[in-house]
Amino acid sequence: MADPLDEFIAAAAAALQLPLEPNWQAAVKANLAVTLLHANFVADFALPDEAEPAPIYKA
Amino acid sequence: MGEDLTADLTWATSAEIAHAVGAGERSAIGVVDAALLRIAKLDPTLNAFTAVTAERARAKARSVDGARDKSTLPLAGVPFAVKNLFDVAGLATVAGSKINRARPKAERDSPLIERLEAAGAVLVGALNMGEYAYDFTGENVHDGPSRNPHDVTRMTGGSSGGSGGAVGGGLVPLALGSDANGSIRVPSSLCGIFGLKPTYGRLSRARSFPFVASLDHLGPFARSTLDLALSYDVMQGADADDAGCAQRGHEFATPELTRGLDGLRIAVAGGYFKKGAFPEALAALERVAKAAGARDEVEIPEAARARAAAYVITTTEGAALHLDRLRKQARDFDPAVRDRLLAGAMVPATLVDKAQIFRRWYRERLLDLFKTCDAILAPATPCTAPKIGQQTFTLDGVELPVRPNMGIYTQPISFIGLPVAAVPVPLSPLPIAVQIIAAPWREDVALRIAHALEQMGAVAAPKPNL
Repeated sequence: MADPLDEFIAAAAAALQLPLEPNWQAAVKANLAVTLLHANFVADFALPDEAEPAPIYKA
Repeated sequence: MGEDLTADLTWATSAEIAHAVGAGERSAIGVVDAALLRIAKLDPTLNAFTAVTAERARAKARSVDGARDKSTLPLAGVPFAVKNLFDVAGLATVAGSKINRARPKAERDSPLIERLEAAGAVLVGALNMGEYAYDFTGENVHDGPSRNPHDVTRMTGGSSGGSGGAVGGGLVPLALGSDANGSIRVPSSLCGIFGLKPTYGRLSRARSFPFVASLDHLGPFARSTLDLALSYDVMQGADADDAGCAQRGHEFATPELTRGLDGLRIAVAGGYFKKGAFPEALAALERVAKAAGARDEVEIPEAARARAAAYVITTTEGAALHLDRLRKQARDFDPAVRDRLLAGAMVPATLVDKAQIFRRWYRERLLDLFKTCDAILAPATPCTAPKIGQQTFTLDGVELPVRPNMGIYTQPISFIGLPVAAVPVPLSPLPIAVQIIAAPWREDVALRIAHALEQMGAVAAPKPNL
């Protein structure tokens, strides 16, 4: 069975018009895996619905 | 009688040079020529410079020598250089890349260069850096690695690697760099010099090549706290050309330097900031904490998550900045940078927004912490300078890549823009720095503590044998 992250990277590269040469795949995957690990670690931290993001637009 | 250009200015501070030039004891042209000679002699080894602006420097030095008010210029005749992401009129702003070499030459200097030169300083060149500042090593595939003046087989740290090497090697007494995640503090640590990352929004970033708009800061490197303060003070001021620059007036740090430690509550960061550190990082921290009388330990809440969030914002904002170049010129990037940015371009926006929400929560917790203390001490890097080309090291029993992990202690701090003075502890055989972290807009507190530690001899920039 194909690794879902490989499939995600292939689909994202195509959808975003990003070049992805075969010998770049492993490093991109390793980087994305680490980034998603970090991102999910942050996302798992429960905060109230009202919590505002750091950048606040001012007209 | 002419000046003796061989007289050793190698280790003179900016303050000493400015005093000598202002008093007419030395000429600015003599100082600048000596710096240019030193650069010509040592830069083939250190690889700190990517451009030397000798003609411009000599013209500027002569104008300083002819200035009637030179005795009042705080940086009269002080040679300085800038990371090559600052606009320098007449040079393409390469930002460590191959791609940017095709950019038109900058028509005007960065405002920070203009402000330093208005104070009498003399720009002598542009400095090597990790490609597009996405780096903690100081290595560059296009220009070659910056080399550490204390051991030229070792890294300077990055991404402001040339800035670290040029100041640590005595090529110039003052340099500018940038810091989104640690790119001033990491080279300060590995090269054994002082660095100031001011509060986010304090110094104008106009006419500098960006990396992560949410996190980008600019700041100085020097071999003394006084030099950091003198340069920082003349670079302050609002600037409408940088949307992130705060509308604040000057808040001078130099007059505060000699106030000592009295009345300051200084704590040491525990938990996350002691986990993974090599013994030398902990030894440096202990030495500084003892000298500062810092006995209380504080826990910076969720520092690991803060570092993770900074990592996510960096890779995604960086990818957004470079999206078009990734699509059209991917092969022209440093492969290590390209592969990180390609991955960054694929991260869902939902996760980025979560990181920005967490950022505000974390900021509020740290502001609470500063109600109980004035400054927090933490390691700047987990270890002293690794060998150039070293790919991994072991932190807390886990083998990790060097490139993204030299900043584990700097990232949770710049994440919310706190001001930090990195102060070098001259351990043998290699130096390593400690971060003095203050509340927003209190650079004066961080620099005052740094100066007191320097006066005690607890911190100092060691002179390398070059």
